Amino acid sequence: MELYVTEISKYVIASLLFLYTVMAFLAFKYRSREARTNIYATQIVLMFLIQLACFVQIIARTGKVLYLFFFAFQIVVFSAVLMLFYFIYPDGNRLIINNCCLLLMIGVIILTRLSYDKAVKQFVIVAVSFLIGFFIPEMIFRFNFLKRFTWIYAGVGIAAIGVVLILGATINGSKLNYAIAGVSFQPSEFVKVLFLFFLSGAFYKAKGFVDLMIASAVAALHVIILVLSKDLGSALIFFMLYLALIYISTENVGFFILGLGFATLASAISYKLFSHIQVRVHAWMDPFSDITGTGYQLSQSLFGISSGGLFGLGLYGGSPKSIPFVETDFIFSAIAEEMGILFSVLMILVCLSTFLLIMQEGYYIHDKFYRMIICGIGISFIFQTFLTIGGGAKFIPLTGVTLPLISYGGSSVLVTIVMIMIVEGICMIGSDERYEEYLEERRRYERKRNRYERYEDEEY
Amino acid sequence: MRDTRTKSTKRRKRVRSYPIIVLTSIYLALFIAMLGYISHYSLTHKQEFINNEHNTRQKILLKQNQRGKILSRDGDILAYSEKNEDGKEVRVYPYSNEFSHVVGYVSKGKAGIEGFSNYYLINTNLDLSKKVAYDAKGQKYPADNVKTTLDVHLQEVAYSALSSRKGAVVVSDPKTGEILAMVSKPDFDPNTLEQEWDQLIQDKSPDAKLLNRATQGKYPPGSTFKIVTALGYLREHPTDYMNYRFSCGGRFDYEGNTISCYHGEKHGNIDLETSFAKSCNSSFANIGVGLKSETFDYVLGNLMFNEELPLDFCRSAVSSSSYPKDGNPNSVMQLSIGQGKTSISPEHLNMITCAVANDGILMKPYVVSEVKSEDGKEIKKFAPEEYKRLMSDDEAKILRGMMEQVVQKGTASKLKGLSYTAAGKTGSAEFNDTKDSHAWFTGFAPADDPQVCVTIIVEEAGSGGSYAVPIAKRVFDAYFGVE
Repeated sequence: MELYVTEISKYVIASLLFLYTVMAFLAFKYRSREARTNIYATQIVLMFLIQLACFVQIIARTGKVLYLFFFAFQIVVFSAVLMLFYFIYPDGNRLIINNCCLLLMIGVIILTRLSYDKAVKQFVIVAVSFLIGFFIPEMIFRFNFLKRFTWIYAGVGIAAIGVVLILGATINGSKLNYAIAGVSFQPSEFVKVLFLFFLSGAFYKAKGFVDLMIASAVAALHVIILVLSKDLGSALIFFMLYLALIYISTENVGFFILGLGFATLASAISYKLFSHIQVRVHAWMDPFSDITGTGYQLSQSLFGISSGGLFGLGLYGGSPKSIPFVETDFIFSAIAEEMGILFSVLMILVCLSTFLLIMQEGYYIHDKFYRMIICGIGISFIFQTFLTIGGGAKFIPLTGVTLPLISYGGSSVLVTIVMIMIVEGICMIGSDERYEEYLEERRRYERKRNRYERYEDEEY
Repeated sequence: MRDTRTKSTKRRKRVRSYPIIVLTSIYLALFIAMLGYISHYSLTHKQEFINNEHNTRQKILLKQNQRGKILSRDGDILAYSEKNEDGKEVRVYPYSNEFSHVVGYVSKGKAGIEGFSNYYLINTNLDLSKKVAYDAKGQKYPADNVKTTLDVHLQEVAYSALSSRKGAVVVSDPKTGEILAMVSKPDFDPNTLEQEWDQLIQDKSPDAKLLNRATQGKYPPGSTFKIVTALGYLREHPTDYMNYRFSCGGRFDYEGNTISCYHGEKHGNIDLETSFAKSCNSSFANIGVGLKSETFDYVLGNLMFNEELPLDFCRSAVSSSSYPKDGNPNSVMQLSIGQGKTSISPEHLNMITCAVANDGILMKPYVVSEVKSEDGKEIKKFAPEEYKRLMSDDEAKILRGMMEQVVQKGTASKLKGLSYTAAGKTGSAEFNDTKDSHAWFTGFAPADDPQVCVTIIVEEAGSGGSYAVPIAKRVFDAYFGVE
């Protein structure tokens, strides 16, 4: 009986996610609100069905009734989030929030399988993050003055990561966390948001080349501090953010190409200089030559990804725990192993559709400051996804970043939810702009008609 | 008025931000490349990864499934798993030593078919309902079974014909590439491998039992290499090769170097066919020094010397042979008669013979033909596959004729006058100055429509005609059922 449940649910889960993904892309086609509303409603149903199927599988395999309560609790929280969002922010982008909830659900499911305690912890952080997050769209929408704190953002950001660097150097460890009241924070995650606001503000106000260069120098300082703290993944994300934003702000492809060229040069130099980078590159090129040492993580990750096949081994069917840091850096490998390549590819497509939506919103918005913020969030989200998945699958060297919304990690989840909520706030600004435009158009039209009528009156 | 209106609609349609489109496209392209890479990489490396000793997933499969059976082409069980008195799962090899190298082992590392088809032997494709039934009985699921191309009868005949000698026998079907039998001696008993392991791996001597001589042995080819030299001559003289003449006085002197015929025999005035049939060293040394170095190296390249053989079911040695760089005449003469630095594995010689027998085309050798689940579903089938053409149709035909003459009037006359017509080439390879030579035979039957290829080496036995040909006869007899 258990076997029937686990085997059949594998195919059910993949098919449900397939339908969900198709709808995520169909939504681009329909511009009308009614058509989209139906799609969103169906997506929500599919989302909960996926969760249900996964939990049926989990409970069939473990026989633990306790998990049933956890599952019920999740349904309550996620449906509350989706409903509240719908009522509070009817003008927000619902597809983004749907995708966000789906990815979070997948994250909690795979974490439940890997470590129940961590899953519960993660889930509590998700709930709290949404509680905080609900205020953000309104804040973004109302607080236009956020544009003005450019240098404060930079100051706070540099101070935060600078302290980590100095403390890290004195106690001889990398990637130090702040711990407040037992909850640890990864400062680079939070500084990412500050950095985004700093860059957007600085580029928004920049009047000439000199202003751009000053902003670039401060941005470079961020990246250098991160490289020195050996937080390569974050350094790369910060750099790509900078590159995207200077390009969007100046619309000059020269900056982008120059930046990429510079990045190539910088990576070549750092490869020569730092042995830990060399180790990573070698482990990437041939993880199997030193399988018990530097290549261990990557080869275990590859074993995981390849062992699942199209439909996976089923939850609890594989051995993802043999991969070190599976809950954070290699969560994708665990998903590919137990839920299958098909499921993982679809999941990546959901991430991609989220990215496309964010960039689309950025494309239509007039206010350049918000355009940079929202596109920055899109780029940071997708690039981080790229680094994690590509790193774990031997497509690019490992950088040790988390998969947004899915990996275990309080700071990462909180910051990603905050960023998604900033996106929602900017979507509202966008709709507002469009509404204003519409009113403007109508006013113009009416003025024209009045004038015409006046002409007619004069003729008579 | 109208002008401003068209301008304003234009402005509304223009692209708002190129950078956003460019950036989005770049990331989309990156992701599409990555998705393609991940799907392709993971699905194509699945088998290789599961066999990696650091992969713990194998343990999961072993806990869940009972290792599958290895079967002969007629369905005889060559290896199976069962529980012993202590409830421990053990691997049993009913034919013990006879199939030791080709079937291999799994207890200490993996070798042979056990290693090659490990993935299939630990995975199960049983129907869900059957799995449930096994679950209910509290038993493991039987994993898939692997069917081989091996013929138990031929293997037994080859095994006993080699008796207590060291050496190897390879029997194959030139039309399909199927390996029908593969024997290597000295051998070991895979049933007791674990107990004898320490002793076996310590043995680094030429008597090492774990070595599969058929594929890993590197022997001087001796006169069997004359097939290669003859092919070189045919390449340079495609139309007038029949006009070749040589007068053999038992030895051949060239620029102060000498090559002697076997036991100093004088072959008299001979043509190419007779030189080949009588295995005249002097004549072939004469041919060799006349060949261009490019011709030689070209033929060696065609015949897969100095490269990895297309064998995936076992470890194999790379045969080495090349025209001397300095053009030293002694080295060239040694090369022409398969002595000197040239080495070859019996399996490689068998492949060359198969290509001659199969109109120049080499079929990829294979030993696993089919994977079936315990309930009879076909999981995978390995069909005969053309590897590549080693020589032209005409060249193969001429070589076949020459090899038939070896039986009719030459060194393999022990195969003459039988109910089938065999063809082949013998060899007596000298491997040092003092001891006896290795006895070689490689050939096929029937000569006009080859169905079976046999390659034999008997170490330190003597001449190929006296020691290897009789073994070939027993194998051919067994194949054609004339015992």
